[in-house]
This record gives sequence, C-alpha cells and structure tokens, in this order.
Amino acid sequence: MNMKNEAGSKDMPAAVRTDSDLVQILDAEGNVLPQASVPDISDRQLLELYETITLARHFDQRAISFQRQGRLATYAPMTGQEGSQVATSLALAEQDWLFPTYREHAAKYAHGMDLASLFEPLRGYRDGYAIPEDVNVMPEYIPIATQVPQAMGMAWGHKLQGKTDTAVLCHLGDGATSEGDFHEGLNFAGVFDVPAVFVCNNNQWAISVPRERQTASETIAEKAQAYGIDGVRVDGLDPLAVYKVASEALEKARNPGPGELRPTLIESVQYRFGAHTTADDPSVYRDESEEEVWRDRDPVDRIETYLYNEGILDSDLESEIQDRIEQEVSEAIETAEQTETSPDNIVKHVYEDVPARLEEQRDELNRLREKYDDGAFSEVLE
Amino acid sequence: MSSTASTQAEQNAQSLTLVEAIQDGLYTEMAQDDNVVVLGEDVGKNGGVFRATDQLYEEFGEDRVIDTPLAEAGIVGASIGLAQTGMKPVPEMQFMGFMYPAFDQIVSHAARLRSRSQGQYSVPMVIRAPYGGGIRAPEHHSESKEAFFVHEPGLKVVSPSTPYDAKGLLAASIHDPDPVIFLEPKLIYRAFREDVPTKPYEVSLSEAAVRRDGSDISVYTWGAMTRPALIAAENLSQSHGIDVEVIDLRTLSPLDTETITDSFKKTGRAAIVHEAPKTGGLGAEIATTIQEEALVHQEAPIKRIAGFDAPMPLHSLEDYYLPQAVRIQDGIREIVDF
Ligand SMILES: Cc1ncc(C[n+]2csc(CCOP(=O)(O)OP(=O)(O)O)c2C)c(N)n1
Ligand SMILES: [Mg+2]
Repeated sequence: MNMKNEAGSKDMPAAVRTDSDLVQILDAEGNVLPQASVPDISDRQLLELYETITLARHFDQRAISFQRQGRLATYAPMTGQEGSQVATSLALAEQDWLFPTYREHAAKYAHGMDLASLFEPLRGYRDGYAIPEDVNVMPEYIPIATQVPQAMGMAWGHKLQGKTDTAVLCHLGDGATSEGDFHEGLNFAGVFDVPAVFVCNNNQWAISVPRERQTASETIAEKAQAYGIDGVRVDGLDPLAVYKVASEALEKARNPGPGELRPTLIESVQYRFGAHTTADDPSVYRDESEEEVWRDRDPVDRIETYLYNEGILDSDLESEIQDRIEQEVSEAIETAEQTETSPDNIVKHVYEDVPARLEEQRDELNRLREKYDDGAFSEVLE
Repeated sequence: MSSTASTQAEQNAQSLTLVEAIQDGLYTEMAQDDNVVVLGEDVGKNGGVFRATDQLYEEFGEDRVIDTPLAEAGIVGASIGLAQTGMKPVPEMQFMGFMYPAFDQIVSHAARLRSRSQGQYSVPMVIRAPYGGGIRAPEHHSESKEAFFVHEPGLKVVSPSTPYDAKGLLAASIHDPDPVIFLEPKLIYRAFREDVPTKPYEVSLSEAAVRRDGSDISVYTWGAMTRPALIAAENLSQSHGIDVEVIDLRTLSPLDTETITDSFKKTGRAAIVHEAPKTGGLGAEIATTIQEEALVHQEAPIKRIAGFDAPMPLHSLEDYYLPQAVRIQDGIREIVDF
C-alpha cells in the first residue's frame, strides 16, 4: 500500500505533525488539502457518514449527562473519536466482523447494532450483549487487548473455510499495544496471513498514562513492521482519510495483491477529548491547553465543513438531520429504560443447560425472595 | 471495631477510611524504607483510580511511584526481578479482574522461586488489588477470585476489613519475606472511618480476628462481607436471642486453623460467608478443616452463604448475587434451628 502523506499542515498538534507518513485528506477546518485525493464516495454515503457521526456526538453527550443523573453506570465517552469509529464501520461490508472495546459505541451502531441495546449494559443489563444473528459484532471487550488474538482467530477461521470475502476489523487502544495479547495476536496474524484489520485508536492516553510512556517506539504503526505486515498512520480526526485507509486495508485483507500480506495495523491518530470514563478526572494528570489544540480539529466540524463546501449539505438539511438524530437517540433511551430483568437471569446462559446445582441456588434465592421481599436484597451493603 | 485498635490508637491517630489507611500505610512504609517502590497502571500522577496511592508520586518521586505501560505480566514479572536486587516492590493491579495476564508470573514464579531455588532466591513483594462487588461497576470489575491464589502454595493471601487492619496488615505484608496477594475490599474503601495510628505498626498475618464474641454459632468471613455478617449477628441477637460469633479471617492463606477451630469447639455450629462462587470457594476449605479438627463438637450441618456458581451479573442484579444480611440471617437461623 502506498499512502504517504498527502499534505502537511503547520497548525497540527505535535503528535500529528511530527510524522511524515500521516494520511490526511481534510485540513483542520475541513477543506480538502492540495493534492489530496478524496475517496470515491457517493453523496448519499457522505451524508450517511455525516449523520452517523452527528448522532454519535449526540448519543455521547446524552450518555454523559444520564450518567451524571445516576441513570447509567460508568460510561466511557467517545468524544472526538466518533469520526474514526463511524468511518471504519462504514468501510466494512455487511458480512465483515467487528471487535469493539468499551469505547466503540458508534462503531457498533454503524455496523448494525441497535442504539437502545448500547444503553443496556450501562444500565446493568446483559441483554445489550445479546447481539442479533444478522449483526456481525462481538460483545465489547473490557480486559485490554484480549480481543486481538480472538479477532485474528476468527479471520483465520474464515480463511481456513475459504471465506476470504469476510474481513475482521478489530479495535484496540494505544495502551493495549503494551499487553502481551497484542503481540501474540499480531504475530499470529502475520504468520497465518489472515484477513484482519487492526485499528489502534491512539487517543494519546491510557487513562492517565500518555502515549510517550506507553512505548519508546516513535509511532504505533511502525510496530507492524516487526510482524511483517503493513502499518498505516492516519489522521483519526479526519473521517474521509480514515474511510479511505480502512477501505483499502479491508480490500487488501480480502484480495491481497501479489506479494502482499492480508493484515494491516492502522494507527488512527486521535485524541480523547474528555475523561477516560465518567469516573475519571483528567485535570489531575493533563493540561487543559493540550485538549484545546486538538479540539480545533474536531471531526464533526471538519466533515460538516467539507459537506457545506461541496454543496452536499445546507442549513435546512442540517437541521432536518439534527431533529432526526435527536429523536432517534431519545427513542432509544426510552426503549432502554423499559428493560427489566429478573434475578433468575443470574443462572441463565452460564452453560447451555442450567446445571442442577445452579438450579438449586436459584430456587434458594427465590425462596428467600418470597419469604422476605425484594427490598431486603437492595439494602446498601456498606 | 478491631479490639487492638482501641489500645494502640490512643495517641497520634487519624480517623481514616480503609482506602486512606492503605495510602497512609504505603506512605509510612515508603518513608521508612527507600527500597519500597510502588508500580502499576495510573498509580503515579493520577494517584490510582481509587486514590490509594494519592500524593505518593508528589512525595517520593517518579522513581519510587512508577506509572508503567499497560501490562500486568510486565508489572509483576518486573517486580519479581526488582525484588532480586533487594528492592521491595508493591505492584498494583488496577482491579482483581485484570490480574490474569500476570497469572503465569504469579503462580509459576512469584509463588515458587523460593522452593525452586531451595531457599536461595525469594520474592518479597506485595501485589495489591481491589476486589469484590457492590459498586455498580462494569463487567470484570467486581469479581472475588481469592481462591485462585489461595490454591497456590507459596503465596500469602490477605484481605483487610477495617482501616486499622488495612494499614497494619499492609505493613506486615511489606515486611514479609514472601509474596503476598493483598486484596482490598473496594466496596468498603470509603464506607466508614476508624482511628488509625500515624506511627508504624503491624497486624499479624497469622491471626484471624474475633470481631464479635458469641456462643451459638461461628460465622467465618473476610473483607467486605464482614459488615453484613456483623449486621446479621446484631439483628439476630435482638430478634431471636441468637448469640453469633463473627470471625474475620484477615489472612486467607495460610489459614489460622487454631482460631477457626477454637471458635467452633465453643459453638458447635458454623456458617461461612463469601462473595466468591460457592463451588471451589474458600468456604469448602474452612468447612473441611473444621470437620477434620473438631467433628466431635459439631451440632448441625455447616452452611456456605456465598455467591452463585455463575459469573458476577451486571449491577442491576448484583444485590441478589452478593450475600446480604437477609441471606446470612436466614442461613444462621436454619443452622441454629437444626
Ligand atoms: C487487562 C486490563 N488491565 C487494566 C484494565 C483497566 N483499564 C481499563 S481502560 C484502561 C486504559 C486503556 O487505554 P487504551 O488502551 O489507550 O484505550 P482507551 O481507554 O484510551 O480507549 C485500563 C488500564 C483493563 N480494563 N484490562
Ligand atoms: Mg488510549
């Protein structure tokens, strides 16, 4: 793959500016950079990209405020990362598989997951992890980097079965590159040459630990070299560039050219605009001025400006889209808030059949629930 | 709460929560011994995700309070290496559910370097990890898997239930010549305060604590379950005149068999309360130990009041999963009424 930088820009944050291999299409405002080649995307697809990114931003804001009201448990915001999430998922074909982490809410939605289901685990219900059969998304991965060898394995299985028209896209964070599972998964991917694309969402932070402390490598993409596979760096706040890079990597995963290996490690250079989760306070460990520099490159603004420049979007359409996405998110919240569960669910799905011993434990709980009432179980333990 | 607390805490004590007592314990040990270093994910600048290492970075600097890359096998493996140079590493695992990448380092090496080398090498190290449920956390953040580590000879496993004990047990763990898995019940990190001496002191790693004297039944527990066990004991004393003895094991490995059996010889009845799944949990070990040592004193079947043999549910159901006072009371009555 040859995707050298299409232009450099002086107003970029240091982390972006220092590298010479960064793929970019839009400048900080959203104007097409000179010499940049815009991927071949229809107006309809561009509007879908825009609408989904806008929805993701809105979802994120509502989730953060719901968490503050005590209606959701800990939430991992994706502010600033929506563009890359949506662009990578829209680059997927329907049959492709997605391996998300706890932060990839928009990536899941853009690959077919129902919006309401995204709220359910945050409300304490596993139901949201019961992914419909026609949606090729794995439940989110919380133990860091554990998804990497598994995504490799699924891609391997497809290849062994001759289904190389199906690619697997696996998300991971910059912190995840330090875990052993990252190494093992990428090494296997190279050795067995599987149709997988690994997207490292380098948002510059792993909770309080900055990228520079995570690895002495200059870039994350360069780690790909050690596994004999391609590594690509892309401006992750530029949805068009991400779409282009992801599409090309997925295409190569399915149909590698002569001498090319299928897997790619994409380093999507982003920034975590907000806190790690709603339980985190970034002011303890990082300077707000750093955040501001990156906020100037907000993916939502950039794609919007691009569409206005191209005459694809105008203010009427923008407000129509805004109304639509607000309504969609509100409806999802309403649906999610109606979810109910029963303590019987504790013993379900541990095995295909509930073992007798576990049935006894459930019956004992139900005996106690009847004898006392449910309120007796919700006493705060502390 | 702790009986020793009242005598020792008179002078120069601060009223601390359990997590503050851990921070204070780390501070005290680091101030006394330059070889003590803290390392892990977010322990430095951020002061730990639960603030257990708050201010240590500012006080002792980045060479003693070390933010590492995100890699548990790396953190524990490196700590084993550090320990070979005379340093005393206190690695933090951010949550017990994220210890597993380090499992090989812990069970294959930390636990066995002493026996492998016939005493030539050892691993004086304390691995701290918050554990247990009840804080409405996402998946993997609420497990109690102490039995994994209790099952590995060569490790000591400790879990405090009070601020006073937290500091004293942590000091004893850091001074101990062997590797200690120090499990912190995060549900009660900030649940209550207790006087904690500012000066250094130890709480022995070989003694369980009798938290409440009683004559009818012995309840064995540890960590966050100590409180609901005590509440249940108080309730039953008032409502049914049942006199419950509550034993807080404090050190889960090696077990204080003497305190366990002495109590049972007195009461003849036992319940074991733990958050962990029932099957293969520490309750089985305690019940069997009692049978081996004190069968002739037994007056009723021994009961385990424990988590389900199922993964910890997400938070909407965790109150049903954890042993609540109501479950403990019902269990105790069943044994006493036998
Ligand atoms: C194995 C493991 N260790 C520790 C954690 C706790 N933890 C959750 S997120 C996180 C930081 C992850 O950083 P990164 O990979 O950069 O992803 P980001 O959160 O920035 O998206 C840590 C340490 C975990 N979930 N899993
Ligand atoms: Mg990160």
